[in-house]
Amino acid sequence: MNRRNFIKGSLAGGLAVAATAKTEKADAAAGTFGGYADSMGVLVDLTKCVGCRTCEAACNKEQGLPEPDKPFDDYSVFDEHRHGGLPRRTTEKEYTIVNRYEVEGREKPLYRKFQCNHCNEPACLTSCFVNAYTKTPEGAVIYNPKVCVGCRTCMIACPFYVPTYSYSSAINPVVKKCIMCYDTRLKFGRPPACVEACPQGVMTFGKRKDLISLAHKMIDAKPGKYVNHVYGETEVGGTSWMYLSDVPFEEIGFNTHLGPQPIINYVKDFLAIVPMVLTIWPALFTGFHLLATRKQANKDESNKA
Amino acid sequence: MSLKRGKLIGLAAIIAMASPFTQPLNAVGEVFELSSLSNLYEGVSFDHDMHIEAASDNCAACHHHTAGTPTQDPNCIPCHKNSGEAESAACSSCHEAEPFTSANLEKTANTPYLHHKEKPGLMAALHQNCLGCHSEVGGPLGCQDCHTMTDKGEKYYNTGKYAPKPGKETGHH
Repeated sequence: MNRRNFIKGSLAGGLAVAATAKTEKADAAAGTFGGYADSMGVLVDLTKCVGCRTCEAACNKEQGLPEPDKPFDDYSVFDEHRHGGLPRRTTEKEYTIVNRYEVEGREKPLYRKFQCNHCNEPACLTSCFVNAYTKTPEGAVIYNPKVCVGCRTCMIACPFYVPTYSYSSAINPVVKKCIMCYDTRLKFGRPPACVEACPQGVMTFGKRKDLISLAHKMIDAKPGKYVNHVYGETEVGGTSWMYLSDVPFEEIGFNTHLGPQPIINYVKDFLAIVPMVLTIWPALFTGFHLLATRKQANKDESNKA
Repeated sequence: MSLKRGKLIGLAAIIAMASPFTQPLNAVGEVFELSSLSNLYEGVSFDHDMHIEAASDNCAACHHHTAGTPTQDPNCIPCHKNSGEAESAACSSCHEAEPFTSANLEKTANTPYLHHKEKPGLMAALHQNCLGCHSEVGGPLGCQDCHTMTDKGEKYYNTGKYAPKPGKETGHH
């Protein structure tokens, strides 16, 4: 090998390494992780829900949750409200709930099923400083209660107010939420218990990317039936659970102002500075301090002499 | 007591648990027992004649394109406009009784027909069809108007003798 070839080779090799390193870094920095390509999802057609609460019962049995306050065929829960008149939300013993909405101009009330939406880039995950959360390739956002320290940052980070806290436990309170039946079903290719139990077939289980095209086909096939929006397709970077509705989403308790950016994008510029601040600033300012006080130190020294 | 009556009248026509609603097209004049849910509920007796009358002889009102009358569903029209009478018009011949088996999930995932991906399973198809129509014509709508809950059902829904004791509410809403 002559010298010229050697230089050429090493240059090309170096460039290749630099190029791959650059793209990976760029992807990570730009936060372009759009979710796993083959992740599963659920499309919820809210127009079909009749509010029978079978999904709530199915979730309770599948997840081994405690006895409910009221029977699952007791529909007086739809009249219950939390403080401030807000509708029911998920709790430590109800990972999914159905709420009723009286919509003006709609003949019948609309029932909305609610559970963790399993974001592509979950805010709970990115906010957790003990890495309790995992987004699995199947699409579920699961968590490890053993490492949870109960700081409840995820509850504040979640744009859908999903994670709940086991306030009832004095000894080991942890965060609780829907895990898309990952341990018992999703891992084995089966849909969550609520999907299978639904007598109305409200939920379609499949690959997320297929469900998106299906949802748009359904909207196009019956003009005027659905609102022309698939909630969860783009919200906060996309979610595994997506919704179709025949009334505007903001009228039935959906936050329509979340935007398409994952929550982490709003803080990652700042977060990128933190390590830099922690490593460079102490040295830098110690240097400034030494420089600034050197004259004084010299003076003191000469005075002594 | 209509359940018992249905059981007696339709004795000859009662369908085995594994194959609810599998009847030839000439199922006129029969009372079926729909029992695919018989785990949590007793079977439901279904008077076919009465429903033919209620649908004014328009088979497509329930049977889409499979019973000879043309489909009205805009999702189905593009492909099934000219699909004639099917070999079997039974709900269960298209709508799987167990739609969530791995084999069926794979079939659904790989079907080139996008609208077949949202094809409901048998339970969902029956409920969508029955409840959809009942809410329009004023038929029974409550779950237990049609279904009698079994002991297993009461346990599943924490109701009846399995209902939570009153006063135990923790009020964590």
